[in-house]
Amino acid sequence: MPENKSESKQTTVQHMAYEPYTVAMGPQHPATHGVLKLDLELDGETILECKPTVGFLHRGVEKLAENISYAQCLPLTDRLDYIAAMANNVAYSVAVETLLGIEVPLRAKYIRTMVMEMARLTGHLLWLATHALDIGAMTVFLYCFRERENLLDMFEEICGARLTTSYTCIGGVRQDVTGHFLESLHAFTDEFPSRIAEYETLIDKNRIWLQRTQGVGVVSAEDAVSLGLTGPTLRGSGVDYDVRKHMPYDAYPYVEFEVPIGSKGDVYDRYRCRMEEMHQSNSIIRQCIEALPPGPIRAEDAPDLVMPYGPQKVVEADATFSSGIIKLVEDRKRFIKGDVYVAAEVPKGELGFYFVSDGRGVPYRMHIRSPSYIHIGALPFLCKGQMVADVIAIIGSVDVVLGECDR
Amino acid sequence: MEILWILVKIIIVFAVVMLHVMYATYFERKVIGHMQVRMGPMRVGPHGILQPIADGLKLFFKEDIIPTVADKKVFYAAPLICLISALSAIAVLPFFEGFAIANINIGILYIFAMSSLASYGVVLAGWSSNSKYSFLGGLRSSAQVISYEIAMGLSLVGVMMMAGSLNLTDIVHAQMNSPFKVYLIPQIIGFFVFVVAMFAETNRTPFDLPEAESELVAGYCTEYSGMRFALFFMAEYIGMIVMSCLAVTCFLGGWSGPFEVPGIPFFWFLLKVYFFIFLYYWVRATLPRYRYDQLMALGWKVLIPLALFNIVLTGTIKSIFG
Repeated sequence: MPENKSESKQTTVQHMAYEPYTVAMGPQHPATHGVLKLDLELDGETILECKPTVGFLHRGVEKLAENISYAQCLPLTDRLDYIAAMANNVAYSVAVETLLGIEVPLRAKYIRTMVMEMARLTGHLLWLATHALDIGAMTVFLYCFRERENLLDMFEEICGARLTTSYTCIGGVRQDVTGHFLESLHAFTDEFPSRIAEYETLIDKNRIWLQRTQGVGVVSAEDAVSLGLTGPTLRGSGVDYDVRKHMPYDAYPYVEFEVPIGSKGDVYDRYRCRMEEMHQSNSIIRQCIEALPPGPIRAEDAPDLVMPYGPQKVVEADATFSSGIIKLVEDRKRFIKGDVYVAAEVPKGELGFYFVSDGRGVPYRMHIRSPSYIHIGALPFLCKGQMVADVIAIIGSVDVVLGECDR
Repeated sequence: MEILWILVKIIIVFAVVMLHVMYATYFERKVIGHMQVRMGPMRVGPHGILQPIADGLKLFFKEDIIPTVADKKVFYAAPLICLISALSAIAVLPFFEGFAIANINIGILYIFAMSSLASYGVVLAGWSSNSKYSFLGGLRSSAQVISYEIAMGLSLVGVMMMAGSLNLTDIVHAQMNSPFKVYLIPQIIGFFVFVVAMFAETNRTPFDLPEAESELVAGYCTEYSGMRFALFFMAEYIGMIVMSCLAVTCFLGGWSGPFEVPGIPFFWFLLKVYFFIFLYYWVRATLPRYRYDQLMALGWKVLIPLALFNIVLTGTIKSIFG
């Protein structure tokens, strides 16, 4: 239906002495999720062209990383997707561990998987809240924030911070989880499915919601792949690709979960995918709590947090003295030269870290493959021929966060 | 003496309506707050009871910003058109037996005229601001008014046919003498169309497209600030009250009730009006927003045919059963 509309409009454009109406949507706009700017060319309310402008939140994270050690980079990743910082922490740590060849203890793996799924819930809850608010359903917004508050309080309990967590460290996690935390999280997972049902009663069977989302912003499976979409935005088009399944990391090989996929690739299918994903995350969290093994939470050979530049010291007997004096010797061989790309499934899609290492202990180059940046690149394709109100729904459905996009 | 009595009536009604507008904002925030698992205003006075006064004072002392490119005269006039036409519509409403400021014989038409006039204020505000979002809001408003005024007018034709009058007091009397005591049951289709059109007419959710916050920032009132913005706000709430009163008068039997409440002749009328205002809040907390083209489709393809069908049905039944 949108196709026909745009064609008929364009014929009228040719007939009349006519100038398209340009509107700058953003960077200060209540529904562009941060500082995204869209230059829209309108014919009435139909979009002729949509040009996204990004970079208003650029902080140079990639360049900053070149001058600080791998361990010091970790807090920078909090500021990428600040909605689900925990997931970025895990993704970054997994990437650095792959580079340094560190094997993480099993308990740390489970804890990380658990907090990553919690982060996915916080991310998806905020996505649902703002997506519904953009389409006009106010109440869902506050319902979602109620559950998100619970999760953030639990983050505070394990690491002292609600948003900028920096909870993981290279080779494990900073602190062990407490019994109280596990109990409250377990209670949360008991209750959460009924909360999802509550959101669904408000919007899922609502005719206005269905009319606003079905058949809007359609992207076929082929187009979605060629646009580089990942995460639920890709899976809504029916492509079964999930980093957690296809390139498992941490404890994902040990837990059972399904990857929900859509079929039509419209806003509604993407919405359904994320709602189903929340159920799956909930079940993963439960499995992690139940299967959490005892043991250490950091690898033996992890770089020290206190001296992040220095590779771990090794105790060695001094060969020049015969008095039995021992000294600390730096073990530098673990900083491997070479490059590595490791991806993880964060709430927005595939977050990848590409490192070029020259063996100094600081990244020679760190590149972040941020899903938001690539999803914004798909907006001109998705918005063409739609209406102004649909642009808002589409931005919501591809789920972008500008902190991650601009880096 | 006659004029003096009318003036006194006007002042009383004006004061009561303004009080209702103030506290309608407060109750909206409270009702929606509790529906959204939060408290609503709690800080100014006990349970935030003085919040409307604080809001009013704040808006009154805000700087009045006028865009340099705005068409100044129209920009000044637009909120006044909205407010004055909304307030004028109150004149014909019968609040209880024998009390209406102007008991004229074309009451319904007068209210339609005034509420159409109010939409001029919105359109002109959008146009004169010379801002792109405001302009889109104004356009949406004019499209919305054209499609929903018709549906609304047609939905009340059934009531007019049954009552045989356009005078609101006569309509209430006719309802009291009818078998069901209210026109809600025989005119259920008309009532449905009227309620939907009522939401569109007052630019409330799910038809709040002219000011769609997440799309057009604030639509037609993006460029308005301070007291001028407050005038739009008041006009919107007065519009809600007028439409609720009209619905009560035409479909729910006006001031009549199951029994007389001694000393308070307007008791039932107010109760029914409060129900409709609550309905506005309830819908706002529940529903998402329609898209522009969907709204037009609903108006032209569903509501107008339904209203026409209702007229035919009412006419047929009336001609058969007398």
